[in-house]
Amino acid sequence: MMQDQSTVEEQWNHLFSSFEGKSHELIPVLQKAQEAFGFLSSESLTRVARFLRIPESRVYAVATFYTQFRFKPIGEKHIVVCKGVSCHVQGASRILKEIENRLGLKEGETTKDMEYSLETVACIGACGQSPCMMINEKVEAKMKPKQVIELLDKGGAKKA
Amino acid sequence: MSFEDLVKQAQHKWHDLHNSQKPLIYIGTATCGRSAGALEVLQTFQHELSRHHIDAHIIEVGCLGLCYAEPLVCIAKPGRPGICYANVTPDKVLNLIEEFLIKDNCLANQATGVLDAQPLDGIPPLFQTDVFKHQVRRILRRCGLIDPTNIDHYLARDGYSGLVTALQMRPEKVIEEVKMSGLRGRGGAGFPTWRKWLFSQQMSSTEKYVICNGSEGDPGTFSNKLLFESDPHAVLEGMLIAAYAIGASNGYVYCPSEYPLALERLRIAVRQMREYGLEGDHILDSSFNFHIKIKEGAGAYVCGEETALLECIEGRRGMPRLRPPFPPVSGLWNNPTIVNNVETLACVTEILQNGAEQFAQFGANENKGTKLFCISGNIKRSGVIEVPFGLTMREIIDDICGGAPDNKKIKAVAAGGPGGGCLPERLFDTPVDHDSLIAFGSSMGSGGIVVMDEDTSMVDIAHNSLEFVRNKSCGKCVPCRLGTAQLLAILEKISKGSGKAQDIDLLLELGEGIQKGSLCGLGQTAPNPMLSTIRYFREEYESHVNGSCPRGVCK
Repeated sequence: MMQDQSTVEEQWNHLFSSFEGKSHELIPVLQKAQEAFGFLSSESLTRVARFLRIPESRVYAVATFYTQFRFKPIGEKHIVVCKGVSCHVQGASRILKEIENRLGLKEGETTKDMEYSLETVACIGACGQSPCMMINEKVEAKMKPKQVIELLDKGGAKKA
Repeated sequence: MSFEDLVKQAQHKWHDLHNSQKPLIYIGTATCGRSAGALEVLQTFQHELSRHHIDAHIIEVGCLGLCYAEPLVCIAKPGRPGICYANVTPDKVLNLIEEFLIKDNCLANQATGVLDAQPLDGIPPLFQTDVFKHQVRRILRRCGLIDPTNIDHYLARDGYSGLVTALQMRPEKVIEEVKMSGLRGRGGAGFPTWRKWLFSQQMSSTEKYVICNGSEGDPGTFSNKLLFESDPHAVLEGMLIAAYAIGASNGYVYCPSEYPLALERLRIAVRQMREYGLEGDHILDSSFNFHIKIKEGAGAYVCGEETALLECIEGRRGMPRLRPPFPPVSGLWNNPTIVNNVETLACVTEILQNGAEQFAQFGANENKGTKLFCISGNIKRSGVIEVPFGLTMREIIDDICGGAPDNKKIKAVAAGGPGGGCLPERLFDTPVDHDSLIAFGSSMGSGGIVVMDEDTSMVDIAHNSLEFVRNKSCGKCVPCRLGTAQLLAILEKISKGSGKAQDIDLLLELGEGIQKGSLCGLGQTAPNPMLSTIRYFREEYESHVNGSCPRGVCK
């Protein structure tokens, strides 16, 4: 979606206004930028570098190091399947396979209509209720393949 | 207002709440409760109470540590002890309101326990049920019983009395007290806390830092999250005590972005501290100043390593530094810095609130106090427990947590996260502490225990851990970056049935090299799950080499 250039400028000014412009603020600035725009475009990285007066290479080096940051937009429903060892022994791979089959997606991909993104994560810390997954940050506990289908159907998932 | 007045006011409010003429309804709404549906339970209560015109107090509390029993609800009618109900659903809420609140039938057969020393209507005292009776709850004593977003609840339950005690001592004496308690860091390495503090205290620098390391990245651990979400002030009080002891006036709480509720509750807690004069300049009208910033992590496991954590706070890639110098001498922006684990700081609070002797009466020799463990995997009663050091793995797994579900046999546990190791069932009589497990190639680490039943393939478990560390290696040193990738490639070959007999020895040789040659704890411990599974389950590796997974798991 094209945004009005002046509103984009305003958004950035507003975002930067809560920082002092010091280089150690790089990670929080990137977090705010991702929160505001959904992902970090190369234009965003350039703006952040100018604001903090550090080389773009450093911004890029830091942004790519941390798994929180992404460089492509994600789908409206962001599905994250936990692969931690507790979830793993309780059948996380079956959950993942079920979702992949249902949505016709592989982990790391987004559907063409930008409705779903599927990712895996090392551990979400809900191990006492494994296996678990998250849909848009809401943790779904003690999942069974059948429940996954129900959840996706409830959310209006289309068959692959 | 003076501290005494703050406490008096808080105790008043606490007393009024607990002697109110309205029923009290406690609902555990920490992350584990929420993922099991606690917010739906909360909404149903709110809606139905107003529909029936019942005037009651609803209190959102943290987590008792019973993940398997979530959502947990406790109802106390005026003048009577609270009764706890497990696995509450919206339907059950309707029933509880109808039967208990309206008709006064407490549905004893559905209750889990009563918050009293005596049974009530045949309901056993909660803290004497199987899951609790072997526990010693010191660090967890407030968790699940107070509102973590209300500083008055904390103040009414001894809160900040440890800080007041510390401020009346000389800093050296505070360090001496921590030394007498025998406290060792709870993050995994088990370094004596007082010694770290003393290094920093002796530095003459005017700028020093205290960092609370909440980078709980080990899969299978979630006790830091529980403390942040259920009793954040206990951790923050520990930071204040540490800062006073070493002479620091600034600190950071590092909390992963994956823990949004913990971050929210920490921010609320710090704001309340500021309002009460417990953060900022002249804390409690003394000459002690301490400013706390919350630092949200960005998803890097290696930032649990203290020097990588410093790099992250300074706004760089989280890659460990060469040591020496160690952070207590030269840390954040080259200033003396102590980095302490969340649970360690909660222990510090406990030590200053109730004395070193009280703390040291639990455990033995080099392992003093109580320890939190996170139990998950193939286990009946999953959750966070607190026990004195010295209990055996069998007591933890069978007596407290009830063994494996579905009458399955337990095969082994993976203890200490991806840098820990497996302990087979036949060695479950080993005490769980900093030192005993290491002799068997496992470790206590930060307290994660993942239980695996007889259907588990140990080669598959080694593969899961190795894939994790390969992905999380920061890439700075060669043994870790390339070594873990090579280990994984060889292991994948074995899993797929195309390995050779000598590949198993190659894994051992390479694994030992990575342990010795890596720069930080991540690489040094990365081969452990694989090495320990070869040590105890070599025959499974051999079956894979011969073309079959005995459990039918690996492909």
